[in-house]
Formats: sequence, C-alpha cells, structure tokens
Amino acid sequence: MALDMRESTDAEHSGHTPPPSARSRRRPGWLGPHLGRALLGAVAGYAFGHWVGNLLAAGYQNIQGSGQNNVATVLGLSIGVVGWLAGAGMLDYPLAKIVGREPLPPAPSKRWTRYFGPSLDHKVIGLQYAMVVFLFLFTGGLLAMAIRAELLNPTNHLIGPGTYISVVSEHGTIMMMMASSIVIGPLGNWLVPLMIGSRRMAFPRVEAFSLWIFAAGYLVILTALPLGGFQTGWTGYAPLQTQASGGMDSYLVGFAVIGIGMICAGFNLAVTIINYRAPGLSWGRLPIFVWSILATAALLTLATPTLVAAGLFGVLDRTAQTAFYVNEHGGSSFLWENLFWFFGHPEVYIMALPGFGIVAEILPVFTRKPLFGYRIAAAGMLGVALLSFFVWQHHLFQSGINPDMRPLFMLTTELISIPTGFIFLVGLGTLWKAKIRFEVPMLFALGMFFNFLIGGITGVFLSDVPVDVTVHGSFFVLAHFHYTIMGGLVFAFFGGLYYWLPKMTGKTMNKRLGKWHFWTMFIFFNLTFFPLFLVGLLGQPRRVFEYAKNLQGLNDFSSVSAFLLGASFLIFIANFVWSIFIDPKPTPANPWHSRGLEWQTPVPVPTYNFTRIPVVTADPYHYGEVDAPAVADLGPRTLAMSGAAARDTAGAVGSDTVAGESGSADPRPPIA
Amino acid sequence: MSPGTGTHHFRRLIAIWVVLSVAADVIFYFAVGPHVPPGAMTSSASGAQFDFNVLFLIAFPVVLAVWVYLAYALIVWRGSRHGAEEPEGGAKARGHLGIQVGWIVTTTVIVLGVFIFGTVELIVPAGAGGGEGPSPVWTPTSHDVLPVQVIGQQWEWTYRYPTFGGFETTQLMLPVDTTIAFHVTSLDVIHSFWAYQLGVKADANPSQDNVAYTTTKELGQFTVRCSELCGLWHGAMYGFGNVLTRAQFFVWAQSTQRHNAANTKLLPAFSYTYVPDANGAAGGYYPDNVDQYSNVEQYGATTPSKPNG
Repeated sequence: MALDMRESTDAEHSGHTPPPSARSRRRPGWLGPHLGRALLGAVAGYAFGHWVGNLLAAGYQNIQGSGQNNVATVLGLSIGVVGWLAGAGMLDYPLAKIVGREPLPPAPSKRWTRYFGPSLDHKVIGLQYAMVVFLFLFTGGLLAMAIRAELLNPTNHLIGPGTYISVVSEHGTIMMMMASSIVIGPLGNWLVPLMIGSRRMAFPRVEAFSLWIFAAGYLVILTALPLGGFQTGWTGYAPLQTQASGGMDSYLVGFAVIGIGMICAGFNLAVTIINYRAPGLSWGRLPIFVWSILATAALLTLATPTLVAAGLFGVLDRTAQTAFYVNEHGGSSFLWENLFWFFGHPEVYIMALPGFGIVAEILPVFTRKPLFGYRIAAAGMLGVALLSFFVWQHHLFQSGINPDMRPLFMLTTELISIPTGFIFLVGLGTLWKAKIRFEVPMLFALGMFFNFLIGGITGVFLSDVPVDVTVHGSFFVLAHFHYTIMGGLVFAFFGGLYYWLPKMTGKTMNKRLGKWHFWTMFIFFNLTFFPLFLVGLLGQPRRVFEYAKNLQGLNDFSSVSAFLLGASFLIFIANFVWSIFIDPKPTPANPWHSRGLEWQTPVPVPTYNFTRIPVVTADPYHYGEVDAPAVADLGPRTLAMSGAAARDTAGAVGSDTVAGESGSADPRPPIA
Repeated sequence: MSPGTGTHHFRRLIAIWVVLSVAADVIFYFAVGPHVPPGAMTSSASGAQFDFNVLFLIAFPVVLAVWVYLAYALIVWRGSRHGAEEPEGGAKARGHLGIQVGWIVTTTVIVLGVFIFGTVELIVPAGAGGGEGPSPVWTPTSHDVLPVQVIGQQWEWTYRYPTFGGFETTQLMLPVDTTIAFHVTSLDVIHSFWAYQLGVKADANPSQDNVAYTTTKELGQFTVRCSELCGLWHGAMYGFGNVLTRAQFFVWAQSTQRHNAANTKLLPAFSYTYVPDANGAAGGYYPDNVDQYSNVEQYGATTPSKPNG
C-alpha cells in the first residue's frame, strides 16, 4: 500500500487499482477522518472523561468551591486527546489490524482538503505541521504582547497579577512546545526524505500520528486558560505545581501529549535518516541540515521520555494523592527540578541544533562556496547533542543541591560552547572570499549568527557560578534564552522558510516584503531583548508584574519595541497571503541555483518525490568548481549505464529503490 | 581559506580587531567597570562585580572578532560589488587544517581558563554568596559568623535571629564587617532569596536548610526580591534590608528581642526547617526537629554561635 512504495509508484503510472486482498469500503468524504471529526471526537472524549472522573471522585476538589475536580479534568483531557486521534483516523489502522483486517490506505489526493485530514505524504504532513506551528507561534506571540503591555508601568496594572501569571505561564509553555517542533516538524518532515533521496519517511503513519498529537497538545494547553490558568511558568516547579489551580492539569497532560509526539517524530526521523538514504548518500555526503536533524532526533528520542514520566508523577500527585514531589510526605521537590531539567536542557538544544543546520545549509548557496569544515560542523552538532545531557544542574546552582557538583556542571556547560563555536567557524569560514548574495534567506541566516553570538556569550556568563548568583532567575536569563531561541532558532526557521517555501508551494515569495520583514524583525528583536539584559543586571527578577520604578524607562522601551516586533510578523503574514494566494507567481524549479538534492525534483514535487530513487554521486556543496560533479544521478539513461553498480549499492543501503526498473519516461538530464 | 593569498585580508582584519578590542576593554574597564552590578556592599557582591568585569573583558574581544569579520566579509565580499570575483571552490575552500586546529585550541583554552577562574572564585569566597544546601562544603574561615534565618512563605520574607532568642521579624538588619550565614528555608513552595546588592541568592525549599555566606562591607539599604516563581503575588514579594554599624545592630536586635518576647514564646522553637502542621486548620508550624527522624544534626547544621561584637 502506501507503505510499499513500489506498488504506489506503479499505481501512479497505471491508475490506482487496489489489490484484491484489500477490503475497501468507501465512505462519503465528510464521514471520513478529518479535522471536523477530530474536533467532535475531542469534545465527546472530554465530556465522557469528565463525567467518569466526577463519578470516580466526586467532590474531590483541589480548590474548595471551584467545582473543579482534578481527576475529572485529567481524564477529560486524556480521553479528549484519544477522541481527537480517533476522529482524525489515527486509530483506524491499529484497530483494523487488531480485528484482522488489512485497511486500505487513503488514495493520494490532489484536493486542498487533503491538508485537513490524515495523510501519509510527508509533504502534506510537513505543511500541516507548519500550520499548527504558526497557530502555536502566533498564540504565544499575542500572549507576549499582553506581558509587555502589563510591564509598561511598574505599579499600574492592566491585567492584574492573577491573569498576568497565567499569561506568562501560557506564553512560556506554548512557545517551548512550538519551538521543540518548529523546524523538525514542518521542515524536517518535508525536506528530509527529499534530501536523502527517499520517497517517504520510515513510518508514515507514525509521522501522521506525531502531527495530530502535536495539534492535540495545542488544544490541551489552551484549555489551561478557561480552567483557571497555572501559576508555575513553563518550568512547573513543585510544590507550587501541586497546589496550583485546574490549568496545571492541562500543563501536565499537555506536556505528556506533546512529549509523545516529540518521541514519535524523533525516532521516525532518526530511523529514516539512518535507513532510507539513497544509494551513494554516504555519511560524508549527507547535507548538513540532515545531520542537524539527526542530532535533534536523538535528543528528542532520548530526553523527552523523562518529561513524560515526570508529568505522570505530577498528575498522580494531583489526582491519586501520591507524594512524589511533596517534601513533607517523603517526596522531594528536587525530584521534579532534576527530572524536568534532565529533559529541559537537551530540549534547549532541540531548539538550537536545527537552526544551526538551516544556516549551514543556506550559507553555501548564497556565498557560492562549499561549506567550510563540513566534518567539523557535523561533529559540532553531535558534540552539542552529547554534552547537552550532562549540563542540566546548571539550572539549579543556587537551589541547594549538593554544592561540590557545581564546578563539574560549570565545566560541562562551558565545554558545550566549544562545539557550538564550531558552527561559527563553519559560518565565518564559508564567508571567506565569497560572493555574497543578500537574498532574504541569507539575511535571516546572517541575522541568526549575529543574535546567537550574543545569546551564546551571555550563556557563558550564566554558566559561571559566582556571576550566576546575580543573574540567575533574572531578566538577564530571559534575554539570554530569547536571544538563542528566538534570535537563533526562529530567525533560522524564517530563513529556511523563505528558502524552501518556493519549493514547497511552487510560488515565489515577494522579495521586497521579505526584506521589510527581515529588517523590522531584526531591529525590533534586538531593541526588545537587548535592554532586558540591563533590566536583569539591574535587579529585576523574571515573571514579576511589579518592578522598581527606576527600571520603567528600559521596560517601556522594550515593550514598545516588542509591539513593533509583533507587527513585523504581520508583514510576513501579508507577504505569505499575497504571494501564495492573491498574486501567485510560479517559481522556477531551482530559484536559488542550489545544488541540494531536494532542488533537483520538479515543482510541485510529485507525490512520491522521485520517479526513480536517485543515486547520489557527490555531496551538495560543490560550488565554485568549473567541472563540478553532478550531485545525483536521477535519470534512467545514466542509471542504465551504471545499473549493476547502483543495484549493489541499493542493496547495501537497504533502500526501497527498484534498481534497474525502467518505465519512467523522465528525460531529465543529470544535474550539473 | 588560503593564507597564501589571504594574508592581505587577514592582516587588515587582525589590525581592526586589535584596535577595537583594546578600545572596548579599556573603555569598559574604566568607565563601566566600577558601576557593574551588584556593587561592592559585601564580599560576594564585590566578588561578583570582579567576575563580571573579567568575563566582560574576555567577551568583548570574542564578540568583536565575529562582528568585525562579519562586517568585513559583508562589505568586501558582497556579490553586488563592482568586479566581484567568482569564488573558488574545491579542497582549499572546504577546510584549512591550521585554521580549524587553531580555532579549537583557542576556544578550548578560553573555556578552560574561564572554568578555572570561575571555580577559584566560587570556592575561595565560600560559595560566592550562592546557596550551598544544608551541608556547605565551602565555609568561611571567620569564627565570627552571625546566623540569620530567612523564611520564605507565600508571599513574604520573615527573618529569625537564633542568637537573639530566635525572634522573628519582617525587617532584615545586618551588622557591617560581619560574616553572615543565611539559613534559607520555606514553609510552602520554592522561593528564592535574592538580596540583590548583597550578591546573595539561595532558593528557599520547603523542609530544607539552604546556607549562603557573605561578609558585609558597606553600610546602606539593599533590596530583597523573590527570584523563583512562587505563585500569584510573586511579583509583590519584595522588601528592603539595611546594613547597620555593629553598635546600631546590637541596639536594634536587643530591643526587638525584648519587644517581641511575648510573640517569640508563641512561635515554634527555632529550627533550621519547619514542617507545616498536618492539621492546617489548627494553624501554626512545628519545628521539624521535634521529629526523631529529622533532627538538626541530620542536616549537618552547625550550632548557632553568638558574634563577639
């Protein structure tokens, strides 16, 4: 079926005829799985779970008279997620298998409705991911506007402390959830199979599942607001977590849900990259973006289970009255701090590495030079990924943990700046004697280097324990991680978006609006967050709604800049809507003259990507060479000449290529 | 990168970088350095100020190296420049052993240097004002240590002075030229005691004694804020303290002890940690060390000693 790409490819040529063994029961489209049915399932599931919870533990209220029962809330949210997944058709396949049926995969659709239902096409899923990521991003962004509006005045309050702390917590959590998938979701799923010359991801159903459960996480974390919000910030420290109001359940269930999605997305990407590379695509020829996704996938798979387990303990503390995090009853609030940061610090690099990969992928194209120090770039990413598991206690320097561990964690934290520095070496080396084209993606990549440098250097300040005594928990930290996550990852993401959107949509983005977007975002980003370093140094703690009067000037400056920064995203939306929907201009197949394998496919990319699995003959960075080798052998004519060799390689790599098959009438010449 | 043909660019870059770095460091050290937070009110504050300065002096050249290079590259090697040359690919553009090894060695040396400096600055001044947990490994050499207990609770700080009968107050008064041992604990959730100008920060954990040391050097007022999110009124959990002369401090402490004597009798006996009464309705907090399973010694705390002022 869709899992067996040979048949699918055949079907593409000879009309879609299901094999006789498959049972096909065609339903009308509106009855089939789609977004509307998923929403209905979520509501029905929530209502059912809530009812069962009240039946089990009626009158068991966390806050007296609130009418909220944690058991009901947790069961409602969990069963609501199951209902959402069932409505989206994510359970059809496993359920059918249980009762011994072989379900028919959905036929590849060309209608626009395919973006609102389950799909096994990684390109559809990638764009679906992009839609959900933008939902997260803009929701979190609006909350950020509310935070900065409240901080306009040190003592007069627009939204009051209760709403403020809920908004801060919601902003932090939504943005962290978004940032963990902003690149691996849309760009990772869309690009990795194309870059490695595969027709699909290793587990297309798991890929669809990771998307739909990621979207469910958005709904779950949104329910925190009507449930009274939560007061803990995105770190969710116990015992505040244990005493917090109903929104805390949304946080714990939400992170578990998002976490399951992250694990699924992570191992799917890792398995795909390891096993589905086209023949000839050796590790030394892998695009650097794929290396960064591989490192990120390892972190997703290995770090996230800790978060899910920690969240489960928290749920049990709040519902079954266990005492994992309650000091007075034999638990420990340090347990949450350690579990959370054991996930939380690798998470920080989940949010950095894909950005490194994007800029390293973009630079050679717009400098017309090979990537400088390819090996060192890959080694740097893997080094960061490995070291990131050994630094988590630097979040706990003043917490009262065993003090003699402090120098060790100071050392590991500072060591991580060495592999991170490799990315700068690679970037700067690539610029040497280059011919720099200031296209929009390049501007974002350069902006990322500028911002991430500030974020990285201030990270060294934070890792120094004596200095951390002053800056820990202050606005200095806040500015630091906004510089790395927003200034680094989000800038890189937009760079990648401007770079690959023509490929993904077949339309050209408006260059003038793109430049406006970059310059407003870059300037107002720096004007928003640079003053916050000073605010932190001058003694303002994070997450406060009142601050010292003498800091009003800096806070107001930052707030006004933040509103303008928010407005810069409107330019992007305008550009996107204008260029894709209102005045679409078709793009050439390879507008940037990139040598990447993903650019050698036609636009729009056919459903199964490659008519024939390409044979990769060189890495994609042979810029500036007169007689550069072709990056891959895509055409049947050339393949026929080296058919035997290709067949051997294909077997060795374990790819699903049909070596020697001829039937494709694709006369494209090998790419020079 | 090919140093053979690149010497010209390389020399220019180095020259610009050296000039700008020296200028930035000198200007920063003399114009900004003495004013860097958190000031010089205590040993840990002036230690932090010194560490900030050292890190800034290292950071400026690093940042400038990248910025100067970026600016130079973007101007000189921009594609729109008249007569811009086609870049040269091939093995030479793909890496340069000397540059790569040099980069790794340089960053490693800087990182190890910063690490050694940070470790010395952490251990020698007895934890540099940071919370060291219940059993500190780096303790002050002075025998003249005044213990002050800091109790975080939603949403206020209170302070107990065990050497003065254990009275509890919302005022934080400290004698000058004295080593202070802050014993930070909490009655409910995690708070963080941040005495900004003192350069002291220690999390207040329920059922745990978190010790931080500092030595007061200057008279004056300082701010206390909670720097760990502790719920609804976290932002309002702040106050002020004062460093007084020793004579003033003793007058204040002894008069407060007398004045509060009736209240102190109602308080639980002084302890390094307190566990909220299981019957919250009855009110009151009982000292943790009435329980045989968790006495003071278990936490490795030292017996409070009276300063000989």
